[in-house]
Amino acid sequence: MRALFIVFRKEFLENLRDRRTLLSALLLGPLFGPLLFGLMVSRMLNQSVVESDEPLRLTISGAENAPGLTRYLEARGVKLSKANLSENEARAAVRGGSAHVVLIIPKEYGPRFTAAAPAPVLLVADSADSQTRKSADRARVILGGYANGIAQLRLQARGVNPLLAVPVAVNDVDVATPTGRAVVVLGFMTYFVLFAVLMGGLYLAIDSTAGERERGSLEALLSLPAARSSLVGGKILATCAYMCISLALSLTAFVCVFRFVPLEKLGMSANLNARTALIFFAVCLPFVPLGAALMTFVASFTRSYREAQTYLTAVLLVPTLPIAFASIYSLKTKSSLMFIPSLSHHLLMTSVLKDEAVAPLDVWVSAAASLAVALVLMVLTARHWRRETMLG
Amino acid sequence: MIEAAHLSKRFGAIEAVRDVSFVARDGEITGMLGANGAGKSTCLRMLYGVLTPDSGRACIDGIDIRGETSKARAHLGVLPHAAGLYGNLTARENIHYFGSLQGIAGDPLRSRTAELTRILGMESFIERRAKGFSQGQRIKVALARALVHDPGNIVLDEPTNGLDVMAIRNLRDMLLALKAQGRCVLFSSHVMQEVAALCDRVVIIGHGEVLADATVQSIRDRSGAASLEEAFLQVLGDTAGVS
Repeated sequence: MRALFIVFRKEFLENLRDRRTLLSALLLGPLFGPLLFGLMVSRMLNQSVVESDEPLRLTISGAENAPGLTRYLEARGVKLSKANLSENEARAAVRGGSAHVVLIIPKEYGPRFTAAAPAPVLLVADSADSQTRKSADRARVILGGYANGIAQLRLQARGVNPLLAVPVAVNDVDVATPTGRAVVVLGFMTYFVLFAVLMGGLYLAIDSTAGERERGSLEALLSLPAARSSLVGGKILATCAYMCISLALSLTAFVCVFRFVPLEKLGMSANLNARTALIFFAVCLPFVPLGAALMTFVASFTRSYREAQTYLTAVLLVPTLPIAFASIYSLKTKSSLMFIPSLSHHLLMTSVLKDEAVAPLDVWVSAAASLAVALVLMVLTARHWRRETMLG
Repeated sequence: MIEAAHLSKRFGAIEAVRDVSFVARDGEITGMLGANGAGKSTCLRMLYGVLTPDSGRACIDGIDIRGETSKARAHLGVLPHAAGLYGNLTARENIHYFGSLQGIAGDPLRSRTAELTRILGMESFIERRAKGFSQGQRIKVALARALVHDPGNIVLDEPTNGLDVMAIRNLRDMLLALKAQGRCVLFSSHVMQEVAALCDRVVIIGHGEVLADATVQSIRDRSGAASLEEAFLQVLGDTAGVS
């Protein structure tokens, strides 16, 4: 037990002086997720918020052929810029980016409109560009509104009830709560949290095993009177310590980032404050020894730093698998799923985010399952360290 | 005193060590001479208990290394073939880490480190991080690490590998000092001159077997060769690779 503490203290101290460990454990791991996430979400939100507020800009060619339509568009707040373009010129202008969306009103519009025949207009846009596609959609809705109004007037003029032309009335009812809607956006945040946990211990797990072998200090260490299980235990404990720090930093960063992300603008609220962050920490805590034992176990079999890095990068992706399954099959929190580490953490964190009630039993089952797997991995690691092949 | 009795070890189809027996006595330097791959390291690793012999046993001061590993190791200092240091720790921290894992702490550890620093001449770099150490500085720290618990027996696996002439001379002086303190020193080498210059006894190993175990003088006498080099070559027979 004393040896375990000595090894822990030495590994903790030594890695505190290692720039690579610090960078990945205390900077890259915990901050990468929140920053990327905050940037992405706020950009996404800004875009959609700004777009619906901004007036639609439309380049119109042949406005004189349809004065009524032109007036209607202006009345609806569309910013029109008049031009005189042929169809080919309009295509070139949209493709070249000098115009977003071009509305062409041909000469025959007037006569056909008066004759109550379908009057053609051309809407030129590039559907591959999400920006202009949205503008074109908005233009289409406004044009449809104009056409509807005209149609109703025509029916009325002929003594027909215009409602006859509306056989079905569709009303949208959206039951998503503001927090529920935000969960779609926040769903993959849970992976970033688990990623930060693993990143925190990644280099220590490598350095204390493959690193020990590579720098040639392993054999001297193994010929000391300390029990191998104490050596391994101290190393895993030190890895756990860094992972906890990384987890705490990551959650703090997430809380900070969400202060600045304008989720409310989209009618969402992120239920991520100091209190939920603490719950997240508690929920993820049993994942820490599991990750530490897994990484130390895998790294113990490798011969060099480089080899360990290769294998552990794959380990970093392991928690994504259950989370990916969860989103493909849109799994809901169920007690039977609490036996699967990483999936249970994802589901529990999501529940907390959604403001749903979390069953205490689920939390305990999730913790017990993670700790059980961690224990098995630790025993396997210690057993491997007792083998002669450990010397390499 | 280090005793090896009928040690054998095989790795798969390869019989690395076959029925090796010898004794390294206190107050003597015992050299283990043999070509690369002759089984020296395997032998030593069984002596300090990181390898388990298939048969036979190894004792340190009469304590079976397999039976009471920790107790036996307390009497034994080990300088393995790969004697790397922790680059982010200072020389002192490297020594303290091993000292505390040997069960020493506080004042005894500090005074022992100070003593070793003086004996090995490490004053100029004892507080520096080991990252940029020269080969000679590194071997000193590794030796201090092996001696921190004041063991009566020291095993060194090819300690002169990669050292320059000055560092080898330093190491030789240190081993002689350890011998003068009445300790049992056992080291392996494939360099004949080194063994001849330093050792009281030589154990010559070839193909995993003991070919000779005698004092340097008696080997010379027995073979009747003019120089020690020729005497060794006669014993080694066709075992090439010893320089």
